[in-house]
Amino acid sequence: MVDPGWYMALAGALFLIGALGLLIRRNALVMFMCIELMLNAVNLTLISAGRALNDINGQVAVFFILVVAAAEVVVGLAIIVAIFRLRASASVDELSELKG
Amino acid sequence: MAEAFLFVLMGIGALAGAVTVVIARNPIYSAIGLLGTLLSVAVLYVAQLAHLVAAVQIIVYAGAVLTLFLFVIMLIGVDKDENRDETLPYQRWIVVALAVVIVGFAAGVTLFGNFDWVPAATTTLPESTNGTIEAVAEPLFTDWVLAFEATALLLTIAAAGAIALAHYRRREV
Repeated sequence: MVDPGWYMALAGALFLIGALGLLIRRNALVMFMCIELMLNAVNLTLISAGRALNDINGQVAVFFILVVAAAEVVVGLAIIVAIFRLRASASVDELSELKG
Repeated sequence: MAEAFLFVLMGIGALAGAVTVVIARNPIYSAIGLLGTLLSVAVLYVAQLAHLVAAVQIIVYAGAVLTLFLFVIMLIGVDKDENRDETLPYQRWIVVALAVVIVGFAAGVTLFGNFDWVPAATTTLPESTNGTIEAVAEPLFTDWVLAFEATALLLTIAAAGAIALAHYRRREV
């Protein structure tokens, strides 16, 4: 059995890369993918911790996170498409629709 | 031993996919990198006996979510080049500082972590039934049934919201 700490380290690296991408990239779609990366990193820690503690609730929590992530992707992509129809751009730097 | 082999192989795959997501210029390549990460993480779930979660990961993420991403990429088009000049001052340095903090924290927990504070297991499962549909469904439909109903409501609202956004028209002036 691999020590849970190694899984935590891998998840931390994945989360870090996702956070980095979220800060660096300007394409709304790629930023969304980076959020998915970070969610997956957190799921991995929950599975590892659940196994280390021999507790099934870790997997139940991951199940809920998957559901919420799916809902988030549906609404987020719909918003990106709606914005694209208004502005013909997916870059978050060019968005100022709410400016008064 | 088999798990250590899987961990190294799939860990490298997950990290390579994640790096591809961030550095690829074409969003399609980012999506394919994300697919690699998702599948690698699913294998790591199986290695940790979370069989149901691994199956759901492949069906929901690699199946539905990634297909949705690819559809939107094709809808929006990928020809427009992204401006990568940094306009916010000090942002790159803040990223580096954050990276050092997070990596230092993860390494510190891994190397010097004291796991004595971790409470004892609340539900003890034999290895053979850990992660099966029955094992996950039992707490899902007893302890967490309210949260389960709430997710049903959430999915309905999300679907209705997506349809409403798709039918959105700018009001004629």
